Amino acid sequence: MVEKLFVVKNETGLHARPASLFVQKAAKYKSTIKVQKDGKVANAKSIISVLSLGASFGSEITIIADGPDAEDAVAGLVELLDSLEE
Amino acid sequence: MKGIIASPGVAIAKAFVLSHVEVVIDEALAKDTAAEVEKFRAAVAQTEDQLNNIIAITEERLSANEADVFRAHLMMLADPMFEETVLDKIENSSYNAGKAVSEATAEVAAMLASLDDEYLKERAADIKDVGGRVLDNILGIVRTSLSDLNEPVVVFANDLTPSDTATMNLDYVKGFATDIGGRTSHTSILARIIGIPAIVGTGDITSRVKHGETVVLDAVDCEVISNPSSEELAVYEAKLEKYLEEKRELEKVRFLPAETLDGHHVEVVANIASPADVKGAVEGGAEGCGLFRTEFLYMNRPDLPSEDEQFEAYKSVLVGMEGKPVVIRTLDIGGDKAAESIQFPAEMNPFLGWRAIRMYFDRLDIIKPQLRALLRAGIYGKLHVMFPMVISAEEIYKMKDILEECKAELRAEGVEFDENLSIGIMVETPAAALNAHLLAEIVEFFSIGTNDLTQYVLAVDRGNEMIADLYQPLHPAVIRAMKMVIEASHASGKWSGVCGETAGDVKGALVLLGLGLDEFSMSAGSIPAVKNMIRKANYAEVKKGIEECLTMYTTEEVNAKLDEMLKDILGK
Repeated sequence: MVEKLFVVKNETGLHARPASLFVQKAAKYKSTIKVQKDGKVANAKSIISVLSLGASFGSEITIIADGPDAEDAVAGLVELLDSLEE
Repeated sequence: MKGIIASPGVAIAKAFVLSHVEVVIDEALAKDTAAEVEKFRAAVAQTEDQLNNIIAITEERLSANEADVFRAHLMMLADPMFEETVLDKIENSSYNAGKAVSEATAEVAAMLASLDDEYLKERAADIKDVGGRVLDNILGIVRTSLSDLNEPVVVFANDLTPSDTATMNLDYVKGFATDIGGRTSHTSILARIIGIPAIVGTGDITSRVKHGETVVLDAVDCEVISNPSSEELAVYEAKLEKYLEEKRELEKVRFLPAETLDGHHVEVVANIASPADVKGAVEGGAEGCGLFRTEFLYMNRPDLPSEDEQFEAYKSVLVGMEGKPVVIRTLDIGGDKAAESIQFPAEMNPFLGWRAIRMYFDRLDIIKPQLRALLRAGIYGKLHVMFPMVISAEEIYKMKDILEECKAELRAEGVEFDENLSIGIMVETPAAALNAHLLAEIVEFFSIGTNDLTQYVLAVDRGNEMIADLYQPLHPAVIRAMKMVIEASHASGKWSGVCGETAGDVKGALVLLGLGLDEFSMSAGSIPAVKNMIRKANYAEVKKGIEECLTMYTTEEVNAKLDEMLKDILGK
């Protein structure tokens, strides 16, 4: 199991287009991936679930992956979040 | 039959009735849950195919952007949370597939809608849309969707909106008939642009025609015949053939000059609503564009179009018209037209309210980018710009000041632009018509918007069906107003055009010809019939005839006189 804490720093947050990019990326990994925020846990491969987290600019989220490519998954998703501009 | 012929012609094809089907959910528990899971999965696969198909069609006919909404639907469809919620209901509560999908959809939508966020509320609408499609597939409901036309049809609907017609394959649409609407509604304008028959304002045609049955749409004598007998079919096939023959005759004059027998030349140009219409206008025999409505740039989107985006659109129209004159109207929004990106106050009388030019002075952030884009595009052709809904010289002075500001900015930025942009106004208010002799001195041209001018001169709401018979574009007062405008422009050495429906109607065009109009702008489909009339007319005689009309007391007398004149000209 791999975990990583991340502070959302794009303006839109994990919302709208950034959220769909995030979910599309998560879906590429075999591991089970969860996103946690303020005690709420979302399935990173579900757009509905991720959107309902309400992770906005400045939110602290934890990405938790469990599976054969857990390392890659967390690294890949963090890299995506880092590159978000909108 | 009750109805208004919006575009003439005859069509014989299957009826396509755009309707609403009631969904009934079976409450019975599932006996075989595995079979229900199978049913659900099959419906999801079917929905995926349908969505992919819609995406392909939308991309081909509109743009990749327009298809995004359906791509979001695909994501919702594949969402593990949605799937898990459905499977849980089938496997653990023994719900049948239909009930499980219906409840899961409602739950997920309610969850999204409960979050205090506009964006998520819209996603709730998406999930309902997707869930509804899956449910239709489970229940075997085939919805009539205009995006999946695959054979020739006559489309029947209560009314058609631009979004209804956006995904429609127009190659298969042979005609339209709607319950509501008038000559200037979307369906009517579209029918004339693509040149197919249409009858609008029938009241109840959708309840009298069944989806899939053969129908005759007779938009010459305003009739709809469903399930015609073989004798009737033969009669209408002959009528269709005769109509097509006449149309082919008219086609011959499409590219000939609009010149009367005694050598009076006028310009016949096209109205367009987007750069995509340029091709149709040029191929339709237009000698220019008399009205490019810029509203499309602002509609169906959450934000305002940027200056660069507008510049590209205007430039492409000018380039596409290959040096022929193009009249672009600045944003004419408000009244019955709205844009998501502009907040309109609730008004008692929106047609008399904060619309068109009146909005510009409060919203320089909207009008300045448009003027800058127009100034920049002006160097690519013969551009004329006009402002809608003008009532006073002050408004024109103010617009000229703003235009000068824009020029100074562009000059300072070193951006190339058209220094001598020709500026005109739409004449559609009684104020502008009454003061036309003064306004003519401070603008380069007039374009009479007959739809609104008729509405304002007669004080008749053109959208109100109760008083539809009072809306008379050839009422003596309207003719007199148009005469004042045209004469005023000529007295100052300027020109006048008409970009409303009157110019595209043969009888209306006859009046305008007699009033000395310079430029006739209409849907490309109306060009052949109008040119044909002009080419067979004698200008001196028409002038005399119209002068006589101006001495008449009633619209009825005017119409009778015009019918007689047309009979002489067209020899029918």
